[in-house]
Amino acid sequence: MVDQPVILEMRSITKEFPGVKALSDVSIAVRAGEVHAICGENGAGKSTLMKVLSGVYPYGTYEGQIVYQTEEVRFRDIRSSEAAGIVIIHQELALIPELSITENIFLGNEPGRGGVINWKEAKKRAVQLLARVGLRDDPDTLIKDIGVGKQQLVEIAKALNKDVKLLILDEPTAALNENDSQHLLDLIVGLKGKGIASIIISHKLNEIEQIADSITIIRDGKTIETLDVRGGDVNEDRIIRGMVGRSLQSRFPDRTPHVGEVFFEVKNWTVQHPLVPERLVCKNESFTVRKGEIVGFAGLMGAGRTELAMSIFGRSYGTFVEGQVFKDGKEIQLRNVSEAIDQGLAYVSEDRKSLGLNLLDDIKRSVVSAKLGKISRGQVVDDFKEHAIADEYRKSLRIKTPTVDEGVSKLSGGNQQKVVLAKWMFTDPDLLILDEPTRGIDVGAKFEIYGIIQQLAAQGKGVIVISSELPELIGLSDRIYTIFEGQITNEFTSAEAEPEMLMKSMTSTSKKAEAA
Amino acid sequence: MSGFSDVKKIFGGGTTSTARQAGILLSLVAIVLVFQFWTNGLTLTPGNLIAVVNQYSYILILAIGMVMVIIAGHIDLSVGSVAAFTGIIVAKAMADFDLPWPLAIVLGLVVGALIGAWQGFWVAYVGVPAFIVTLAGMLIFRGGNQYIGAATAVPVPEGFTVIGAGYLPEIGPDTGYNNLTLILGFLAVVAIAWREWRSRRTQAEMGSEMVPVWVSIARVVIIGAVVLYAAFLFAGGRVGTSFPVSGLILVALVVAYSFLTRNTIIGRHIYAVGGNSHAAELSGVKSKRVNFFVMMNMSILAGLAGMIFIARAGASGGQDGNGWELDAIAAAFIGGTAVAGGVGTVIGAIIGGLVMAFLNNGLQLVGAGADLVQIVKGLVLLLAVAIDVYNRSQGRFSIIGIFRPKRRNGPSDQTPTPTTGTPDTAKPGAVTVNN
Repeated sequence: MVDQPVILEMRSITKEFPGVKALSDVSIAVRAGEVHAICGENGAGKSTLMKVLSGVYPYGTYEGQIVYQTEEVRFRDIRSSEAAGIVIIHQELALIPELSITENIFLGNEPGRGGVINWKEAKKRAVQLLARVGLRDDPDTLIKDIGVGKQQLVEIAKALNKDVKLLILDEPTAALNENDSQHLLDLIVGLKGKGIASIIISHKLNEIEQIADSITIIRDGKTIETLDVRGGDVNEDRIIRGMVGRSLQSRFPDRTPHVGEVFFEVKNWTVQHPLVPERLVCKNESFTVRKGEIVGFAGLMGAGRTELAMSIFGRSYGTFVEGQVFKDGKEIQLRNVSEAIDQGLAYVSEDRKSLGLNLLDDIKRSVVSAKLGKISRGQVVDDFKEHAIADEYRKSLRIKTPTVDEGVSKLSGGNQQKVVLAKWMFTDPDLLILDEPTRGIDVGAKFEIYGIIQQLAAQGKGVIVISSELPELIGLSDRIYTIFEGQITNEFTSAEAEPEMLMKSMTSTSKKAEAA
Repeated sequence: MSGFSDVKKIFGGGTTSTARQAGILLSLVAIVLVFQFWTNGLTLTPGNLIAVVNQYSYILILAIGMVMVIIAGHIDLSVGSVAAFTGIIVAKAMADFDLPWPLAIVLGLVVGALIGAWQGFWVAYVGVPAFIVTLAGMLIFRGGNQYIGAATAVPVPEGFTVIGAGYLPEIGPDTGYNNLTLILGFLAVVAIAWREWRSRRTQAEMGSEMVPVWVSIARVVIIGAVVLYAAFLFAGGRVGTSFPVSGLILVALVVAYSFLTRNTIIGRHIYAVGGNSHAAELSGVKSKRVNFFVMMNMSILAGLAGMIFIARAGASGGQDGNGWELDAIAAAFIGGTAVAGGVGTVIGAIIGGLVMAFLNNGLQLVGAGADLVQIVKGLVLLLAVAIDVYNRSQGRFSIIGIFRPKRRNGPSDQTPTPTTGTPDTAKPGAVTVNN
């Protein structure tokens, strides 16, 4: 491969969002006819880099240079990058369910003259394109009537129609079963033989190991290294080391854990996907939480962490199949959110803006919103108590705002998160489930949130922390469960938790013995 | 805080929706004053004010329910038909079955509640958009009205007309004014002053930020003066007229529903569901019940409005309530209710309804025809909502930014230090990705 010419080079790409430097001096070179994988943790900057390449972030909004087929290119939008033969296939497919395969393939690119579509021609070409990706379906079939695996192939057929030279696939197999995944991977390798290079972003390291010719590892928005798979001994462990290689600084307040006995236990928790009943998002999961313990849940995006948490929290996600929840030795029922709150559960969602807060509300109303009954006499809310309570939380959690009458939409991410934490602390929970509690929050506020989490544990509450950031989980947790494809794969004590081992259990079902 | 923002606070606590309301209130005052000059003082005469209240009280009652429906994220197109349907049943019950009129009122409320339960069921528990459910209701109950009434007018008995055409009785010495109206006016001023004093006292107890004393005093004096002036106007009309009973019902409902929306759990839940239903459900709010409640409540109020209307008209007919839904919806939107839900107040909708009422009334007084009145009303609605939409596109509620100078010690957003992670990866992750 090394002898092949470089088809694409991105040089020193830097991309900043307000307050966040998503990419800093990232470089990558893709050779003609190779499969180039980009690896990195969630939030490392992979998707941003691909959006820069495909023109979603147009020239001028980033720094650095893109050289494509030996010329510098400046894409204004996706159309201009597609015209050059660079096509991106996003994780969430951009197909229209109510239209047919043919209509989708030619959407925005319809063959015909003067605005009148030549459907005969379109269908003929659709059949040819489908054959190239190994599909034999009727091109008149509606997209919603074929499975996700085939939909993914239709996306590729659509790309082929655009005369693609460089195909970018963002987590192409995330939603596919093993058979469909393998078929897709074979197809990508096949395209390579026809001179189409691919950039693939995936969390599934075994797949990358299988098909990639070279791998670029990105961490914290920086290029760490590029590995030549065919040239040397690259394996999953080697990739993982690159992905998690940062050192654990003392980013956590000091804490001496006082862990009591088991008080919360989930047994054989099984939940179906809300729309696709045959897909299980939680497969027979069991775990325990002790008093005063911080339990980490490690898993990659889509592994089923949030699904597990939300389905336990009053069945707010998916369709309950089976499973039992015990608290203080007694089985409890959590059929809806108010039951869960009454049973002493609290769930701080991973998406504070769309699930955690009503952004139209002010701070004081938000803080008391999950247990209004606590400050009400009958049906009447005591707004003076409300103000006083919110003000206490403002002081104790150091929410930076002049008054609690301020709208929550005006707060920074870290302070919004403190409001959400206050809202759930106000419900007096025994078990708090914190889903990505520090996402999108700057370093200083993170440290404060860690402090709050530790205080909650010190009060004897059980705390579950779900996080994509391994250093955070390792730094906070007394015990860590790893989740992969809806299953709990392993359990680690804080002493034995190492990033590499965790990552291994997060990307495969291998047992601890093998992982170690 | 600059002096100007204090002045603004006379009409509101400085929160977002009250700032919007203050703007609408100023427009109302401007409209009234313009017509007062234009009509050479005809607008603010006892006879005209009483007529305005009589003509618009039922629309304003609908606006109370409508603003709650819209806050929760729905709409109700059926109110006019529901009012007419309730009206004909009540009129028939009194005419054909000799039902005593107080019981007939109860019957009307029950009919409204049943219709509301029907519509609430489809909206909340089946999940049919309220637009469709109430569009269907609009047809169903209009047809129902005409079927039951056989498209003829059904007169109502004398006693019943008091809720639509009655006035406060004359009692006590002859002062040249209606004494009861004056007493009510004085009581209202005392209540306003007491409320201001009480809120200052509790604010002081909690040590929270207070408006300057002169703002409080100015607020009480200005509002009190307006209330007293209105009381003397209402009390000084032709003998036998005074503050209408329908206006009294309206005031009682405004007070009750303001309290309900601001100070009760169900009120909070309405805003929560309209503001972010997912977040509300994850906070334990039973959003189906909330949706059911607002739809049912709307129909009860529509039933009441229908009864007040036939009491005033003296009979129930087949065209009663035509177009009311549009007036009620317009009132809510002019009064600062957000199109997308989550924002709005009862008092705002009432002010919005009064803007429409005085525009209508004033234009009629200066001799404009119904055609011109409609055009002006349409333009006012468009303008009011356009302002709302514009403010949103400039970042939520920037109307405050227009009025309020930048806070120096505002929410001290720590200058975010560059960290890793992008806005894209901060999207709702696992919950939606797998769908």
